[in-house]
Amino acid sequence: MTVQIGPYSDVIRERWRRPRFRGELPSANAVAEDVNPLCGDRVRLMLSLADGRVAAARFAGDSCAICAASADVTAELIAGRPVAEARRLAAADVLAVLQADIRPTRMRCVTLPLSVLEQALNGHGR
Amino acid sequence: MRLDEKTRPDFPILSRTINGHPLVYLDSAASSQKPRSVVEAISQYYERSHANVHRSIHTLGEEATELYEAARDRVQRFIGAARREEIILTRGTTDGLSLVADALCRGLAPGDQVLVTEMEHHSNLIPWQMAARRQGLRLAAVPVTGGGLLDLDALDHLLDERTRVVAFAHVSNVLGTINPVTEIVRRARRVGATTVVDGAQAAPHLPLDMSVLGCDFYAFSPHKMLGPTGIGVLYGRRERLEHLEPTRGGSEMIKEVWIDRAQWNDLPWRFEPGTPPIAEAVGLTAAIEYLEKLGMERVAEHELALARRTLDGLAAIPGVRVFGPPRSAARGAVVAFAVDGLHPHDVAALLDAEGIAVRAGHHCAMPLMRRLGVVGTSRASFSVFNSPDEVERLLTAVAGLRAQL
Repeated sequence: MTVQIGPYSDVIRERWRRPRFRGELPSANAVAEDVNPLCGDRVRLMLSLADGRVAAARFAGDSCAICAASADVTAELIAGRPVAEARRLAAADVLAVLQADIRPTRMRCVTLPLSVLEQALNGHGR
Repeated sequence: MRLDEKTRPDFPILSRTINGHPLVYLDSAASSQKPRSVVEAISQYYERSHANVHRSIHTLGEEATELYEAARDRVQRFIGAARREEIILTRGTTDGLSLVADALCRGLAPGDQVLVTEMEHHSNLIPWQMAARRQGLRLAAVPVTGGGLLDLDALDHLLDERTRVVAFAHVSNVLGTINPVTEIVRRARRVGATTVVDGAQAAPHLPLDMSVLGCDFYAFSPHKMLGPTGIGVLYGRRERLEHLEPTRGGSEMIKEVWIDRAQWNDLPWRFEPGTPPIAEAVGLTAAIEYLEKLGMERVAEHELALARRTLDGLAAIPGVRVFGPPRSAARGAVVAFAVDGLHPHDVAALLDAEGIAVRAGHHCAMPLMRRLGVVGTSRASFSVFNSPDEVERLLTAVAGLRAQL
């Protein structure tokens, strides 16, 4: 595992340049959006839930590279997984993929997509 | 000798390295660094003279009171206020503006109007918003032109006979625009409106003279002008302060107290309830002494030169956009910029990896960000200790940013 100087690992750079899950999801039936009041980052998560699973996930928004990479990884980690598993996704899981040295001031950039995920899942079916 | 050559040895923090690079501190608009004389004045006060002020009949109490009140005199001269009782020591710009908004708006009627501007820092917007909601006031904002200036024609259209307050920044913390205070005050006065100026970005940078500016209230923060955090200055014209009911109660602000009523103290103590920031006042005196020794004209000239070089340099880098009035206009010590394809927080983090501290984000001016059509910007800001070399380091680093992410 390579931890680099500064918060930008190769994974973050790669996900920022070439996100795999950025885009719209017309079939989405669970959608949430939130902002980080510290920096104005905005993330929208679109989920298509069916038969207790996350059939598909996409994100959109205007954010820094760390937040965008986190959203991309979040979408990847939940796509195709059972909803119950998606609910248990934690910051540590995302950080393990990002492989970056994230300081406390930037941790909210990592966790914003996760709180949006929680909102999307809670809003669905309530 | 250039100003920074003279001042740099006085700032111990500048010898730090950050991520293996010498610190380049370009975030004084958020909070400046402190010269040794300020730090020493504060520790000397705590080591030799500390006691509570005004009510302590012992030697230390008298010394502390004298030092605290001396800060008021120093501020009065520094900003050209007519009287010492026009200087209220608060906890910061936000605190001062909020005090004025609360006290002024309490006497207003539903339908009265408060004018702010689109370039206000949240601290000169939210207190008015809250008061407007509470009192049923109309709140409107003077727009900012494409060139980053206040639209004074629009101001004239917005001013009506029920406009009671016009609140605006002297210097924008994002655009660097220096607003024509005297002119705005003149127009506001035609309809009898009270003028409240946020001087947070002006006091560290420009020579100030309240008798020339002519506004009714003026607030600023010593921590942005080489002084300590935790203290603020609120200037209020005596005629205005005399008719203002205090909104915060406690010790110090009273003369005589009964169970069911009290008589307020004289100005300025009427607006200073509780134990004031005494050590911070001592630090403030030292900060003003330091600035006055340099001369505020020279400070302004030095910082303007740095800002102009930064503007020119940034504008010449492909993919970099700068905000605010054109180069020819006078401006404060801030330059906001955006790098194509990079989020401002990433810009700040990548610069930090090279030891360069800049601010990034919405700069507590979300309505202005919306007006500019950006989520945020990066901002370099300057103080007396910044050097032309540091500007060159910023420019080189910014030029290399897009390759890094």
